[in-house]
Amino acid sequence: MELLCPAGSLPALKTAIDCGADAVYVGLKDDTNARHFAGLNFNDKKLAKGAQYVRDHNKHLHVAINTFAHPGEQKRWFNAVDKCVDLGANAAIIADIATLDYAVNKYPELELHLSVQASATNTAAIDFYQKNFNIKRVVLPRVLSIHQVKQLSRNTDVDLEVFAFGSLCIMAEGRCYLSSYFTGESPNTVGACSPAKYVRWQETDNGLESRLNNILIDRYQSNEKAGYPTLCKGKFTVDDQLYHALEEPTSLNTLSMIPELMETGITSVKIEGRQRSPAYVEQITRVWRAAIDSYQQAPQQYQVKKDWDVVLANVSEGSQTTLGAYHRDWQ
Amino acid sequence: MKLSLGPLLYYWPKQTTEDFYQQALSSDADIIYLGETVCSKRRELKARDWINLAKALNNQGKEIVLSSMALLEAPSEVKVLKQLCENGELSVEANDIGAIQLLSEKKVPFVCGPAINCYNAHVLKLFVNQGMQRWVMPVELSRDWLQKALIDAQAMGIREHFEVEVFAHGHLPLAYSARCFTARSENKAKDDCELCCIKYPQGRITSTQEGQQVFVLNGIQTQSGYCYNLLNDVESMRGLVDVVRVSPSSLDSLATLQQFKQQILGDSQTIKHDNLQCNGYWHKIAGLSLHQ
Repeated sequence: MELLCPAGSLPALKTAIDCGADAVYVGLKDDTNARHFAGLNFNDKKLAKGAQYVRDHNKHLHVAINTFAHPGEQKRWFNAVDKCVDLGANAAIIADIATLDYAVNKYPELELHLSVQASATNTAAIDFYQKNFNIKRVVLPRVLSIHQVKQLSRNTDVDLEVFAFGSLCIMAEGRCYLSSYFTGESPNTVGACSPAKYVRWQETDNGLESRLNNILIDRYQSNEKAGYPTLCKGKFTVDDQLYHALEEPTSLNTLSMIPELMETGITSVKIEGRQRSPAYVEQITRVWRAAIDSYQQAPQQYQVKKDWDVVLANVSEGSQTTLGAYHRDWQ
Repeated sequence: MKLSLGPLLYYWPKQTTEDFYQQALSSDADIIYLGETVCSKRRELKARDWINLAKALNNQGKEIVLSSMALLEAPSEVKVLKQLCENGELSVEANDIGAIQLLSEKKVPFVCGPAINCYNAHVLKLFVNQGMQRWVMPVELSRDWLQKALIDAQAMGIREHFEVEVFAHGHLPLAYSARCFTARSENKAKDDCELCCIKYPQGRITSTQEGQQVFVLNGIQTQSGYCYNLLNDVESMRGLVDVVRVSPSSLDSLATLQQFKQQILGDSQTIKHDNLQCNGYWHKIAGLSLHQ
């Protein structure tokens, strides 16, 4: 089972490789990827260096081209595919059908991974992408229970990649417009959810307020830890009841599921967080490397170590973690 | 321009649903979509019932289309989808790419629904080749985006091969989750939901701590808090849009169809929106904004 780690910068990429990632995924410095944030991602020069570093260490490089091509501007997405090939990347992670079509026709040898943003959650959908674009792997949206992941695994010969750790998207990825409803910008169109330029923090008599495009997301008292105002993690009222109507600030953590994921034949476990620091990448990668190795050495004795959980909780949203949709109770 | 009544997104009792569609037959809609698109646990009308209802409404002056589910997770849900695709008579609105796979295999013509990620003319071309006859644009896209996509479609020689439909009235379907937010609002787990969404025939309103209506919870679907209303934008749709969609929320939606009909005929005036309405997406701004 491959450990696939995020790299939003060259230092993060090197850190991931040094700490035991089998593969890293990166994005270009434009809106062709779903983490299009200022100061993040790779220009041509950095990307060439990154690719060389990965090759020198005999690891794999995946390039995320996972937003949807704008009409009249498809070239930017197609160029991203060209770059990916020129670099000698091992795989392109693509969401848009136009981009997949371009890639499979121009570069039949390029390994294509279906991005989570394509939102393929069932065998019929996976069939569509396999038959039309010969995808080798599908990244599963974080909406399936582990039972459903197993069912999929039994019914397809496409490799499965699952999210193992990181910020938790609670909606079927690629089909969530909450961000553009609030701000006009969404992961699909702009490559960002709840973009930072719309975020405002304000000390008020009611406490510290976080706003997204002026809409109140949450209020914190002085003893509460404030989190980034991702809009689905806000506190809202339903019939006068105030609570996290959609989801609490929390991160996905599936360390305890490693045996099940292995037995299910999952090809790759993905760590979320290209927007996070090299320090984050280091801690997560070390823990996950240790966990996977520990399972492989003695599957029967596998147990989540307490210090792994401590490390992960410290870098988690709201310092708490969940099994998310993998566990039916969460749903 | 034609008018359509979109699929019912909420969960209503069987009798209410059937009565609604009987009335819809004498509405201004040219096209009626029907079927469960949100949650497979909603079984007041089972797949077979929807198909029968759709067939009973067919050949009475309206085009009838069967709508399918947006989020398919279990093999049982794909089975139901197959049943819809094999109805033998009616075209189907695909709301998941899996539906396009099944429909194109069976050579059944289809409508590409708003929950499918079709953002440019290259995708439209591929779908046309697979049997797409109509494209319902994703709700987050603007007039500007549509226009650019259609210029490309024209250049590719496919513009005449499909119709364009725009979601023009109702609470916008914005997201789908594994989690049921209506059950959560009642402190229930999804597996133990008791189908409580039937108590909320127009979903559950969700507001910020300042009382701003931001979402409507509808089972696993999250909708816009404000009602999208493009009544004043019909003029700007001419030449681009072939079908204007009204999403049903109650019998009032049939009156809304009438208002749109008057707009299309050009004999209506500009309405004043109330502050619980929005039209931002069409104008290329935040969806919840109101461009006056």
